[in-house]
Amino acid sequence: MLVPLPWLAELTPLGGRDGDAVAAALVSVGLEEEAVRGSGVCGPLVAGLVLDVKAEPQTNGKTINWCQVDVGEAHGAVRGIVCGAHNFEAGDKVAVALPGAVLPGPFPITARRTYGHVSDGMICSERELGMGEDASGIIVLARLGLDPAVGADLIPLFHLDEQTVEINVTPDRGYCFSIRGVAREFSHATGEPFRDPALIATPPPTADGFKIELDDAVPIAGRAGCDRFVARIVRGCAAAGPAPDWMRRRLTQAGMRPISLAVDVTNYVMLELGQPLHAYDLTGVAAPIVVRRAAAGERLVTLDGVDRALAPSDLLITDSPEGERGARVLGLAGVMGGASSEVGASTRDLLVEAAHFDPVSVARTARRLKLSSEAAKRFERGVDPELPPKAAQRVVDLLLEYGGGEADVAVTDVGSPVLPAPVSFDPSYPDRIAGVRYGADRVAAVLGQLGCVVARTGGTVAPLGEPGGVAGAGDWLVTPPSWRPDLTRAIDLVEEVARLDGYEGIPSVLPQAPAGAGLTKAQRLRRSVARSLADFGLVEVLSYPFTGEDAFAALGYEATDPRRAAVRLANPLDAEQPLLRTEILQTLLTTVRRNVGRGSTDVGLYELGLVTVPPLADASPGVPARPAPLAAPLPGGDRRPPVEVLEELLAAVPPQPRHAAAVMVGQREGAGVWGPGRAADWADAVEGARVAGRAVGIELQARRARRAPFHPGRCAELLVGDLICGYAGELDPRVVAALGLPGCAVAFELDLDRLFELAPDIRLARPVSAQPVAKEDLAFAVDRATPTAALVAAVRRGAGEVLEDAFVFDVYEGEQLPAGKKSVAVALRLRAADHTLTPQEITAARRGAVAAAAQDCDAELRS
Amino acid sequence: MLEPVSPLDREALAELATAALAAVAGAVSLDELARVRRESAGEQSPLARANRAIKELPPLDRAQAGKNLGAVKQQVFGAIAARKEELEAAAAASRLAGEWVDVTLPTGRAPVGARQPLEVLQERIADVFTAMGWSIAEGPELEAEWFNFDALNFGPDHPARQMQDTFFVDPPGSNLVLRTHTSPVQARVLLSQGVPCYVAVPGKTFRTDELDATHTPVFHQVEGLAVDRGLTMAHLRGSLDHLARAMFGEGATTRLRPSFFPFTEPSAEMDLLCFVCQSKDPTCRTCGGSGWIEWGGCGMVDPNVLIACGVDPTRYQGFAFGMGIERTLMFRNGVADMHDMVEGDVRFSLNYGVGI
Repeated sequence: MLVPLPWLAELTPLGGRDGDAVAAALVSVGLEEEAVRGSGVCGPLVAGLVLDVKAEPQTNGKTINWCQVDVGEAHGAVRGIVCGAHNFEAGDKVAVALPGAVLPGPFPITARRTYGHVSDGMICSERELGMGEDASGIIVLARLGLDPAVGADLIPLFHLDEQTVEINVTPDRGYCFSIRGVAREFSHATGEPFRDPALIATPPPTADGFKIELDDAVPIAGRAGCDRFVARIVRGCAAAGPAPDWMRRRLTQAGMRPISLAVDVTNYVMLELGQPLHAYDLTGVAAPIVVRRAAAGERLVTLDGVDRALAPSDLLITDSPEGERGARVLGLAGVMGGASSEVGASTRDLLVEAAHFDPVSVARTARRLKLSSEAAKRFERGVDPELPPKAAQRVVDLLLEYGGGEADVAVTDVGSPVLPAPVSFDPSYPDRIAGVRYGADRVAAVLGQLGCVVARTGGTVAPLGEPGGVAGAGDWLVTPPSWRPDLTRAIDLVEEVARLDGYEGIPSVLPQAPAGAGLTKAQRLRRSVARSLADFGLVEVLSYPFTGEDAFAALGYEATDPRRAAVRLANPLDAEQPLLRTEILQTLLTTVRRNVGRGSTDVGLYELGLVTVPPLADASPGVPARPAPLAAPLPGGDRRPPVEVLEELLAAVPPQPRHAAAVMVGQREGAGVWGPGRAADWADAVEGARVAGRAVGIELQARRARRAPFHPGRCAELLVGDLICGYAGELDPRVVAALGLPGCAVAFELDLDRLFELAPDIRLARPVSAQPVAKEDLAFAVDRATPTAALVAAVRRGAGEVLEDAFVFDVYEGEQLPAGKKSVAVALRLRAADHTLTPQEITAARRGAVAAAAQDCDAELRS
Repeated sequence: MLEPVSPLDREALAELATAALAAVAGAVSLDELARVRRESAGEQSPLARANRAIKELPPLDRAQAGKNLGAVKQQVFGAIAARKEELEAAAAASRLAGEWVDVTLPTGRAPVGARQPLEVLQERIADVFTAMGWSIAEGPELEAEWFNFDALNFGPDHPARQMQDTFFVDPPGSNLVLRTHTSPVQARVLLSQGVPCYVAVPGKTFRTDELDATHTPVFHQVEGLAVDRGLTMAHLRGSLDHLARAMFGEGATTRLRPSFFPFTEPSAEMDLLCFVCQSKDPTCRTCGGSGWIEWGGCGMVDPNVLIACGVDPTRYQGFAFGMGIERTLMFRNGVADMHDMVEGDVRFSLNYGVGI
């Protein structure tokens, strides 16, 4: 909402406040400041007398005028100015912007060489000064009825020094989409007096007015689409002519384009009072006007020239040509008029509509048609139902004053609007909500200031912090004013009391919550994982969770891969990325590419976040993966949904497990003064995942696996027992190429939710033996394909309980071994809890390990 | 060869000792000390010979002689041992001094990692609340429309519902959205855990804004919700003041400004006094000259929300607030452009290491 200050000042004294101070006052009562605007014109802008005009034809076909203009002694007297317009002559007084002036744009004026002259200023048009749309010629002051002295400052004369405050109106304050509402709020904020412009005497309705029928066959939620319709007729009015300059100027300042007297007056009154209005060409409207819902298949070409299909929920203004009742659609009620009954150049007789429409009905139509008009914006937030006769009278008055003609004595006013109902109100309620001792008198005073009628039937103030809110014996009866349809509950009145008394009066008190238990296990473990990966040398990033089919193809997902079954957005920002990621790598790899593109050659990234895994429509093997149909219930918000609906609601939201993923490209350890670097390889990925596992008390086991997007021979699934918690390895080189990454990339992805479930709640102690350790090394020859982990497991099994640790320290394939075999060297650390191991015990452990390795892995001890 | 010194001649023995001690003190290397030891105390040394001479003395004199000689030997061997220790320490010091390195060489063999500062900031905020006894709650990012809107008093036709720039799930009848705020977790917590309830909810949120210097379609909020008996706006203000001071320092000043949110009544915007200009510089770039920085929205939980969540508003009341994590990081740490926070450039995170 744009509020020109002189307009505001008509209703409430500004007390010398400038735009910033007015905005600050409005902010204090909840009208957020967007901007304080001036005209954008900065002087010198002065009246100049044209002394001489010399037309000079140019080679480009144009003719320019070389003018001598007297701008007054103080501004250097006579200046030469080049002007392209021709609507003036010597002897005219014109508006001259002198060098140093700035016009809206910003467009600074300088003396400049053009068409062979130095043009020492600019003769301005209305549009160049931001005063209107007229760019057909320059401003000749006499034609505006102005005759200032030569050299006079035109900025105040043109009202270019007037400021406009732009405020943001929250959805509960529809009445502030008017100067009337804003002025009232300004008055609340400052204590300045307020003059209500809607206090207009109106003639009583008559029976012989233009016939209007309210005929809503399908009210929404029992509320009639139109509960009041006022119609007035003005005849013989110069409706198509221009509105007076002051009105055009105010409309321009308020952000509306002046069009014609009829249109401008309705817009002016809407801005002033908040009542949307419509003026019809009376000759194009056949009585009766019927306000009804649309029938199936009806269409309307709206004022903006769009042919729209109407829905049965749309409320229409229709008329009755050739006696066919309601046959022709004139407009969408409260949203936009139709093109057919528009006021035209020949219009002299007008029908003025001032109606009150149901907010929900208007909101639905505006939303369905994506049509947010000035009228709809106001109606859907609620308009004062007492306004229609007053606003119509104001329109009639202005039309007659500036366009002439006569108003019919007959007045139509049909319908019975619903006025705000009285609210039962415990006067101690504001104290108990705000934590401030207002006291009953202050509460009553504030409510009165708002325009409420307060019936104080008693009332005692309960101590702060006591429960309340039930209608009690001491309650007041508070009737909100007609312009506040948003005040329907006691709590709404509480907000008004707190707001107008001022939020700055609310003290600051820290509440005492019951003792807590800190973070949950999952929250603690998540932090451990995040920190351990950073300490592992990876950099945490966040990627948008949006992806697309192209990414799935690039990652090498089969058609049946369940990760292709992703939730799709109806309105994605990027049509190529309408899906929610089912794995983090889908989006993290894009981030890797961006970093590489920016010159970071060695990158290790990780991300913790949610993925969305909807259930599959059909999980049978060989079936392309699609998500099952998604449908959540949408019960009302007016009460707690029944248990079964709540369960359905919770179940309808697809599972969103938390994952961690990492990618490494380039060097894992850089080359430097210490020697050569080392490229990241599959083992770094597996180790990274293990680091995350260890952070939560889990040693992840690796097992060879095949899974996109990994290299078919270099991928591990990561297990706790038999449960897969993730995958790690080198990315398939084809994937790397498809993603445009250089060289080799390695990655892992872990299901953290699963990992956290498996993580121990308590890590149990293991006794630390002070006895001496015995070290034994064993080298085995095994099949190349035998996983070393299996061999180590066998050794562990065989070595028995004196084994403290067993680990592989060398793997060798080559000349001294038979083809297809490899040598695996395992180190044993043997120790007893309570004594030094005897040579016999050591030998037994060694033999047991060898025997188990032979049995489980067909391993042969190498001598 | 000279006659051996008589072990009974104490003067002569003292002379021997003086000569030996001088030789020990004069040794400047371990090799030289070894030679001195040989000459002053070895087999052929005058001391050894005097020692051997004892057994040729009459038995009555032997004890005295042994005593005399013992004192001298103790003196000489003691000096040799002490000198040896000195020379060894000097040798070690000189060897180590030669092993110097250029400690200014690069040392960073291991790769350096970092946390994303938005994540760290959320953890920091969570810590402020857990310290007050609050819990940290979380919820899904893809959310049922009912939790995101209807449970929070955004009716289907409420203008505020259209102002949320919501991502909807296809098909539109699925009634699922990407949550536009962390507030649906309010409803989830109240429905599942009841009252009294003190929770903070950090998390990811979504609106259909194109990425620019101050907007991002994917961003983070932290929500606070407290519902108990007798909670007032004063408690709301106290909690916000506490958080503001924890985030921006002891001097942080807040103000509440009337506003509107469907799920709170009364509602307020919370502003921070600009900590760069203290509201004194009309050209301040941090606050745009207004003196105040918009930090978040808040208010008393609307009774309709409590009713939808099965809480009796005549017995319980409470407050809720929410603020942007990105905004907080921008102000607190001086991030000028949203792009830096969301593009995942490692250089942005690396700047912070594992702290903020």
